[in-house]
Amino acid sequence: MTSAAHPLSRRNRPGNGPRSRSRNQPRLTALAAARYATLIVGAAVMVLPFVYMLSTSFKSQTYVLSIPPQFVPHPATTANYSGAWGSHDFGRYFVNSLVVAVCTTTLSLLLSSMMAYGFARFRFPGRELLYRLLLLGLMIPAMMLIIPQFILAKYLGLLDSLAGLVVFYVAGSLPLNTFLLRGFFAAIPVELEQAMRVDGAGAWTRYRLLVLPLAKPALATATIFTFLASWDEFAWSLTIITTPSKQTLPLAIELFQGQNSTLWGLVFAASVIAVLPVIAVFLVFQRYFVQGLTSGAVKG
Amino acid sequence: MASFSTSVTQRGAARTALAFIAPGFLLFAVLIIYPMVRAFQMSFYDWNVIAGAASDFTGFHNYVRAYHDPVFWRAAANSAVYMAFTVPPQVVLGLLVAMLLNNRAPGRALFRVLFYLPVVTSWVVVSLLFQYLFADSGLVNWMLHDVTHLTAKPTPWLAGRWTGMAVVSALGVWKGIGWSMMIFLAALQGVPKELMESAAMDGAGPWQRFRAVTLPAVRPAAVFVTVMLVIGGFNVFTSVLLVTGGGPADSTQVLLTYMYQQAFKNLDFGYGSAIAVLLTLLVFALSLVQLRLFRSDPEEAP
Repeated sequence: MTSAAHPLSRRNRPGNGPRSRSRNQPRLTALAAARYATLIVGAAVMVLPFVYMLSTSFKSQTYVLSIPPQFVPHPATTANYSGAWGSHDFGRYFVNSLVVAVCTTTLSLLLSSMMAYGFARFRFPGRELLYRLLLLGLMIPAMMLIIPQFILAKYLGLLDSLAGLVVFYVAGSLPLNTFLLRGFFAAIPVELEQAMRVDGAGAWTRYRLLVLPLAKPALATATIFTFLASWDEFAWSLTIITTPSKQTLPLAIELFQGQNSTLWGLVFAASVIAVLPVIAVFLVFQRYFVQGLTSGAVKG
Repeated sequence: MASFSTSVTQRGAARTALAFIAPGFLLFAVLIIYPMVRAFQMSFYDWNVIAGAASDFTGFHNYVRAYHDPVFWRAAANSAVYMAFTVPPQVVLGLLVAMLLNNRAPGRALFRVLFYLPVVTSWVVVSLLFQYLFADSGLVNWMLHDVTHLTAKPTPWLAGRWTGMAVVSALGVWKGIGWSMMIFLAALQGVPKELMESAAMDGAGPWQRFRAVTLPAVRPAAVFVTVMLVIGGFNVFTSVLLVTGGGPADSTQVLLTYMYQQAFKNLDFGYGSAIAVLLTLLVFALSLVQLRLFRSDPEEAP
């Protein structure tokens, strides 16, 4: 489209001067300008720290805290990235994080969707009690349980292992995911299931072939939130992981920083590597974020 | 749901339901409910971490100790300060941004993404980033001292209690605005356009329209956001641990970092558990008070 020459499209472009704006609404235009100015300032505050982080990840140690600060790295170097990936076993941490997040998400989605189906579609004595107990898990913050969980993990032989991360992440994610999915399952018309029953389909078949396919949006939401939560989790892994080769990304990044004089370039190169997949997932699956936030108590 | 399950025999239904629920619920019971009970129990013991060694039952000793522990009270005060510094700005600014974005203006989707970016980024990364920005020769001091000359000399942000809390709070607000914005955006979709228009026709100004139409409509969402943020405020941990480490000299400890230090640095599991229990009770009590105050149900919102 050669829209630049088209008078209609020019009118909608911002910054074309007062002549092209609707003349009888000067006040509205001023309001819109103020609105955009506020939004741009706010967005800049949100985004510039990330931009500066990206910039620092390309600086050598000499320039990371220089005054005046360098906004465009000069000379720019990719040594931090090769250093993080090569000499610091970063590929290993990335794989660890990926394995933990994938296993956690798969197990959690399987168990919570089964529970959600059980709670949504069956009546049995004690159902309310069990469901309330499960919701109690929504109100108890993870950190409150970290001491007894540590002792339990020690007793179960789960300390210093990726399995120890996965099982506790799964357990912690069950209340929210079950809550989210139960609401969605309950909204699926019962008549559909009754029709399948008449055709002789058992509960497992209905769960697998009818309910799960219909609940794809809710499953997507639960998948994304569970994946990101386990990808970013820090306190529990800090507590139980001691062997360097079993570290996940957040732990490794924190330890880069923990050394005597912080190698900020290295820290932020590692951070960029850890954050990029998250931002990609967020950009691609945005609408599921909104759904998740508005359908329940998801705190980011 | 009811008509469906009545057609199934009660016992058969119960058995099938249990098959669906049991695996997940057992895991939840062992790894979440059992530790919950254990936390209460441990808080009454002088807990011995050595396997097999006996732990002494000491009654309320750990709680009495907290009562006489100045660092515990400072940590509690810091948690309250963090809450006071982070909750109101997140509610107000979140609503403001949501209202600015609540129309079909171009660029809306982009702004929504930009404001939400800090929310999806890991606490570890943004905590280190803020530590870097607020370093002695960091970007913030450069702006305040070298560029605008607002400060006579670079501020050692992380070397003092109040400046340290200010940095941690700023991080909390910066990271949280996107979340409250999203909740408010969803709530604002429920405000009928006709109501706004008819209020405008009747001569209501922007402020009157905000008070009479917008505010009542977003009230449940505001209650929900406030309750969640207060709970979240008392749960601040990673950012404090990584930005100030609770220092200097325990001056910026919050309840959870202090609990963590007692348990995993001093290996005093009993005292750590007592702090965790006190914090849980405090959060529960505060949530109940807020819900009474607002007379609304958080499960209805947003």
